[in-house]
Amino acid sequence: MNLILGQKQLDRIHDALTENLIGIGVQSAMLIDTAGNIIVSVDNGNGVRDVYSLAALAAANFGAMSSMAKIVGEDEFSLLFHKGEKESIYFSKINDDFLLINIFGNQVSLGFLRLKAAKVIEDLTAVLVTA
Amino acid sequence: MAFINLKDKLIQAKIVYYGPGRGGKTTNLEYIYNKCSQQINSEMVTVKTQGDRTLFFDFFPFDMGKIKEYDVKIQLYTVPGQVKYNSTRRLVLKGVDGVVFVADSAVERRNKNMISLKNLEENLALYHKNIFNIPLVIQYNKRDLAKQGLPILDIETMEMDLNEQLKAPSFEASALEGNNILSTLKKIISATMSSLEKELTWEHEKWK
Ligand SMILES: Nc1nc2c(ncn2[C@@H]2O[C@H](COP(=O)(O)OP(=O)(O)O)[C@@H](O)[C@H]2O)c(=O)[nH]1
Ligand SMILES: [Mg+2]
Repeated sequence: MNLILGQKQLDRIHDALTENLIGIGVQSAMLIDTAGNIIVSVDNGNGVRDVYSLAALAAANFGAMSSMAKIVGEDEFSLLFHKGEKESIYFSKINDDFLLINIFGNQVSLGFLRLKAAKVIEDLTAVLVTA
Repeated sequence: MAFINLKDKLIQAKIVYYGPGRGGKTTNLEYIYNKCSQQINSEMVTVKTQGDRTLFFDFFPFDMGKIKEYDVKIQLYTVPGQVKYNSTRRLVLKGVDGVVFVADSAVERRNKNMISLKNLEENLALYHKNIFNIPLVIQYNKRDLAKQGLPILDIETMEMDLNEQLKAPSFEASALEGNNILSTLKKIISATMSSLEKELTWEHEKWK
């Protein structure tokens, strides 16, 4: 199975990420698949340079986390968040095939970001099921 | 699972180098990384142990340039070959579009090659992929060992052990010397692209 997305769908995803995430101060927001491909990546102008490496590592990290969850008897860990001194990463699962990754600085609150991400996930789910 | 972006005319596909531990998968990628720097706009990512063994994977994206007006980006990965790392190996295989199986020509590795190929078949099956259908290239690596007077398996034996039924395209190679490393890569990319092309026409038909 392959994923094919056209202009309309990609524009919708791009807009959802830009409005809800970049709009609240997130530095980079990426929709990736769990194989590590980048579907859409947006940033505020100072985003991560090496998005492909980041996507590969994020997909692998997410996969490792899910496997660990199963070993300890959880379906999934509900919060995947790595906090750095200046930048942090927040991962959200959209479904078995897609992940949303946010990189953001201290000025963005995690609580607010989680709310916004939940909204984006709703939008993206709608776009991706019509794919 | 390849991703096709019709808007920017971009294709991303994933190719994984598989095989027994110490067979030369990482050395294959290092050679490609050093030889093809214009086609790689990224650092090579390696997740490895203290002792320099692959723990999770090696990775970099490889720009193929245009194929039929599409920009093709190939994500190249290796897996950790050691038997104990099967769960991480499975994670790397997720969404794979093409596989290079790197076999070790050293005589004492004969069994390890066969076990690893069997393991590939099982792990692909977990993702509902059939080793007989997926684009696959077999590489008989470390042929240069013979020059140092070390005993190597002859090609007939390796073909019989690994490729008798699969009948995949195969290359004798040396990742250390760079012999046939790029030919292996070219072959797996073209096999992966033509398989994608077939699926795409099929998926388009389905949509009509
Ligand atoms: N003689 C010889 N040694 C090789 C060749 N390819 C890899 N090696 C060596 O085999 C060892 C394991 O290689 P590596 O790429 O780490 O194997 P991996 O576990 O499959 O990733 C290293 O010491 C390499 O230098 C080859 O073609 N010929
Ligand atoms: Mg390795």
